[in-house]
Amino acid sequence: MTTGTTSPADPVRTPAHPGADAPTPDRAARSERLSALAQQHGALVTLVVAVIVASLSFDTFLTADNMENMAVSSAFLAVVALGMTFVIVTGGIDLSVGSLFALGGVLAAWGSRYGTAVALLLPLAVCGLVGLVNGLLIARSRLAPFIVTLAAMLGARGIMLAVTDEGSKTYLVDKDTFFATLGQGKILGIGAPVWITVALFVAGAVVLRRTRFGQYVYAVGGNEDAAALMGAPVARTKIAVYTLSGLCAGLAGALNAAWLVSGVTILGSGMELEAISAVVIGGTLLTGGFGFISGSLVGVLLLKVIQNVINQIGSLDSAYQQVVSGAFLAVVVIAQTWLGRRRRVL
Amino acid sequence: MTDLALGRPAADRDHVLRLLQTYGVYLGVAVLLLVNILFTPHFLSGENFRTQAVQVAPVLIVALGMALAIGSEGVDLSVGSVMALSTSLISLYLGYGVWVALVVAVLGGMAVGAANGSLVAFIGVQPIVATLALMVAGRGLALVLLPQLKDVRDPNMASLGSGALLGIPYPVLIAAALALLVAFVVRRTTFGRQLLAIGDSRPAAQLAGLPVRRVLVLVYVASGALAAIAGLLATARLSASDPTSLGNLMELSAITAVVVGGTPLSGGRVRIGGTVAGAVLIQLLTATLIKHDLPPSWTQIAQAVVIVLAVYAARERSKR
Repeated sequence: MTTGTTSPADPVRTPAHPGADAPTPDRAARSERLSALAQQHGALVTLVVAVIVASLSFDTFLTADNMENMAVSSAFLAVVALGMTFVIVTGGIDLSVGSLFALGGVLAAWGSRYGTAVALLLPLAVCGLVGLVNGLLIARSRLAPFIVTLAAMLGARGIMLAVTDEGSKTYLVDKDTFFATLGQGKILGIGAPVWITVALFVAGAVVLRRTRFGQYVYAVGGNEDAAALMGAPVARTKIAVYTLSGLCAGLAGALNAAWLVSGVTILGSGMELEAISAVVIGGTLLTGGFGFISGSLVGVLLLKVIQNVINQIGSLDSAYQQVVSGAFLAVVVIAQTWLGRRRRVL
Repeated sequence: MTDLALGRPAADRDHVLRLLQTYGVYLGVAVLLLVNILFTPHFLSGENFRTQAVQVAPVLIVALGMALAIGSEGVDLSVGSVMALSTSLISLYLGYGVWVALVVAVLGGMAVGAANGSLVAFIGVQPIVATLALMVAGRGLALVLLPQLKDVRDPNMASLGSGALLGIPYPVLIAAALALLVAFVVRRTTFGRQLLAIGDSRPAAQLAGLPVRRVLVLVYVASGALAAIAGLLATARLSASDPTSLGNLMELSAITAVVVGGTPLSGGRVRIGGTVAGAVLIQLLTATLIKHDLPPSWTQIAQAVVIVLAVYAARERSKR
């Protein structure tokens, strides 16, 4: 489980024979650096290889159209994965993002008739509030993140269905509004959602790496009790990351609604799993305390490239995409566990 | 397990609270039954009870496996996909005879479980990620094997889905038998005790010389087999194989049933009776809301509230 504080399930932490075959310090340091490098950049290398192979195999892969398409369709998942990265680095998990994505989209489309401000602020307020409640239940009442966000997933989808007349009503966005431009517009030939996503990732990376809050996030994920003793505001940090994750999911839903110019109700189911996969593939440890924002972006792109390649092979059913993604996730976690074990033994 | 052996002079309030935690789920079922008997027309009919029981059977069977996984301090997210895989395999192998198809379907579920278990036990991957990978891949595999909905026309399958013995439908009988079997395994067998010990503390179990890896693999194999059985019962009842939607969100329903039933997510305890009651509670809640013409959105919101309340109540227990 991902309760974060206690993880006795991990057998590698029990020192069976400490230092039985410890290499010399020099070699140990190098080996540790190597496995850290593999963990940080493994996904990036795989992505580069995948892109090279795909562009050699398919003439249609490396076209501007296809690239732009992939970038825009990655943007929404990427924003969700951004929030998820913060949550996972604290050692938690957020299963409610898929439902919040759908809810955000519907609320944005409904609100767009009252102007861009409402279209953006309404989903942010509602989804942020759900995230805040998640955070309060997890941090203050000490309930397991897994189960709280699971309930929020059901609850948020319920609210979304209630708002849309049991999912039968699709609110449309007026194409001439500024809100629709946020999804449809292009700057330098690249879709607005892509620019927004890039900006958010830069901001996210700075926050996680360079601010006090970011250091608290790592500290809480590394060892909650130690962080508390050190004086880190554990509960406040946790509440903040779940709120942030809710906000990201709501914003991604709103942008997606602007892109599709409608609030589609059937979206978002299974998205939480895609986002978690992307974060894990990007090198962030689900046990918390270790991870980086850029990795999650690479993870999202890698998933989308796999999807795109499988779509390009016309004869292959899109179901193969799930098989490949699942198998890939398994390979990544096996590699991570193996690398993590090496690093911890040293 | 040793709730009462702590020797602390329990105040009355504590005592009531503890009773409520242990038996709250049964109380919930009783209240819902009472409310329905008083306010729902035609609730007290054999036909209605039969319908409810048949509907709850697959969830219940999946929840039994989930209870084992959660008892070992794990979780199995792949159960819904295993149901889809099982329905695809049945369609594919029905040509060889119904028994072959059923056996292949269950073997398929066990294979997925073995993969889950190996990742968890031998490689040390967290259960939630390992089974997440198999959840994504399993659904994909099911769709690769059988791309779309297909009718299952077989008299044996039809009788499995809608036949009855002494007025009790076969799926209900099978679910009841499996619940008894799992309860027996947890309470009375070495495997059951080892499972609980591992769930309590895996390092301690390891140091005590328990076959931790073997037990963990078996837990996930059992969960996979039970999910496959649920899948084949659902296939028989629908008389169709629908790998796209069968078992969707089933992992959530099963986890809900287990958690509402009072099995702590921290492992080391499994309450089979509570799990059965938890599954029945969720089914009754849904049925009550539907019968009073409340839309599905309300059902989901209600379910969310019930989950949070159940976990909130269980929190006190884990704190002591």
